[in-house]
Amino acid sequence: MATEFHNLQELHHSASLATKVFIQRDYSEGTICKFQTKFPAELDSRIERALFEITVKTLNDYYAEAEKIGGQSYLEGCLACATAYVIFLCMETRYEKVLKKISKYIQDQNEKIYAPRGLLITDPIERGMRVIEISVFEDRGSSASSSGSSSTSSSSSGR
Amino acid sequence: MHLGVSDPMRECEYSQISTRSSTPMESPHKKRIPRRKWQVFPGRNKFYCNGRIMMARQTGVFYLTLVLIVVTSGLFFAFDCPFLASSLSPAIPAVGGVLFLFVLGTLLRTSFSDPGVLPRATPDEAADLERQIDIANGTTSGGFRPPPRTKEVIINGQTVKLKYCFTCKIFRPPRASHCSLCDNCVERFDHHCPWVGNCVGRRNYRFFYMFILSLSFLTIFIFAFVITHVILRSQSMGFLSALKDSPASVLEVVVCFFSVWSIVGLSGFHTYLISSNQTTNEDIKGSWSSKRGKDNYNPYSYGNIFSNCCAALCGPLPPSLINRRGFVQPDTPQPTPPTNGITMYGATQSQSHMCDQDQCIQSTKFVLQAAATPLLQSDPVVMGDEPSLPGRTSLGTACAALPLAQPTPPTSTPSLSCDTDMHPLRGDHVPEAHHHFLTPEEAPSPPGMLPCGSPLGHSHTMPFYNPASQDSLHEDSVRGLVKLSSV
Repeated sequence: MATEFHNLQELHHSASLATKVFIQRDYSEGTICKFQTKFPAELDSRIERALFEITVKTLNDYYAEAEKIGGQSYLEGCLACATAYVIFLCMETRYEKVLKKISKYIQDQNEKIYAPRGLLITDPIERGMRVIEISVFEDRGSSASSSGSSSTSSSSSGR
Repeated sequence: MHLGVSDPMRECEYSQISTRSSTPMESPHKKRIPRRKWQVFPGRNKFYCNGRIMMARQTGVFYLTLVLIVVTSGLFFAFDCPFLASSLSPAIPAVGGVLFLFVLGTLLRTSFSDPGVLPRATPDEAADLERQIDIANGTTSGGFRPPPRTKEVIINGQTVKLKYCFTCKIFRPPRASHCSLCDNCVERFDHHCPWVGNCVGRRNYRFFYMFILSLSFLTIFIFAFVITHVILRSQSMGFLSALKDSPASVLEVVVCFFSVWSIVGLSGFHTYLISSNQTTNEDIKGSWSSKRGKDNYNPYSYGNIFSNCCAALCGPLPPSLINRRGFVQPDTPQPTPPTNGITMYGATQSQSHMCDQDQCIQSTKFVLQAAATPLLQSDPVVMGDEPSLPGRTSLGTACAALPLAQPTPPTSTPSLSCDTDMHPLRGDHVPEAHHHFLTPEEAPSPPGMLPCGSPLGHSHTMPFYNPASQDSLHEDSVRGLVKLSSV
């Protein structure tokens, strides 16, 4: 685990950024935050389709949970209104809590799945929830990690 | 950060100019001062309390609103409440007090919060979108503005067109709209309200609604009880002497009478909008009106009034997407500068050619404004050799600087005509320096000005410049402006 995380850092320095793939939003269900699960062609040789789809679907589920309009959100809304919204100064909203979970999940996915394949997912919140940005790296030298064998072979075929 | 501190004379110039706004000018003195994101925010917003408070540019009417509410309520508490508390009930001032505080709280919350601004696309995103659009159109983008781009999406069975925003370089999500006053795309854009000095959008609509609702109650409350007060008094001493005893009541009645109609009307209108889950924008355009077609319906409505109300008022509050108080990381891509279609420091070359005639004309005008405004007190410095720059990028730089500087209030447009001979050469370099010098004259923290400064400081992403030439460019633009102002 530690070496894989270390690879993430090394990725920035030793690998060169080849391209960035952007997963756009899926608005078919309205304005809720949902990303398209269509597998981008640029990642064809880099990662298995199933893994990618699991990541995006899990993210979509997290966002749906954050934006769910139900008992807890009503309670939060009414409580906030009753306190003239002062309570938002001390309390973290449910949305923010879920965003933290998402952030952890993305970091986890990066460490375990994406970095060993020379990819890096950027948290959508840093891109205004418009896109999931996946940076595709090409390993420059042989210094790039023990797990680099798969990524170097895939990068050489990927270009 | 990359502006360099080698030249003591330049440092001297900077220290003369910088007044209250800090960082672009201080960066020569203190290297590596991390800047907060609000300071480089590309929209036309004002930020206070180190990024915690966000408002629109024109806030005059907001202060009027505040004054009207505070003064009227103050007069009520001072002149009418003592009588009412003693002759009727002490609950009256108590209820009035609670209402007043609620109104103030929701007003401030509406005015100071982020309405749901969508951050602009990073250069990579914008390039990717452009590529996809070109593939979809089957054309390569020409030298002039391409035709408007739209994307169709089916939402709950209704076809919705998503428009491409040329300023923010994104396809606007459904229900989002670009506010021309604030120069931002706002999610679930309702309207720009000058009375609260901010846009009303996804994140502050409920506060806005609560504000107008509670203000209606407060207005009716004050109106009713002031009338009651005057009537009760005139029963014992006659109408005219009652009025003489509490002159403030007349003012209160007048203010409340005229406010009641508009505010209660507005509350009613927004109650209708909430119950049908529409925005003011959609209602005015008639987007979901049945007049447009038999099959036209609102795809966002939950079907019943109760659910729509709950969703609008008690739904989850999304966090701000623009992260005002975060620090600008030197290695993260800067969002597309507010160039109305132009990127400054060539993230992709395909975008720099979008500097069209319009922008160039505006840039010229702006240079003239700059030249006509007396700025510096320092001795004029002889203009150094202008570094030979790739024409496209320098023009792009100039044009990029401008839309930011466009928010210059009309008061600072003295005589555009007098310096017409100045524009050709200076146009390239002056604007980017000019906005620095405008800061003493402008409002304290004009974030609209600063973002243009940041690309100069963050020259790491520029393929055309190295920091050294960037420094000399900046130095020359400073000198150029000094020379201009001394003419």
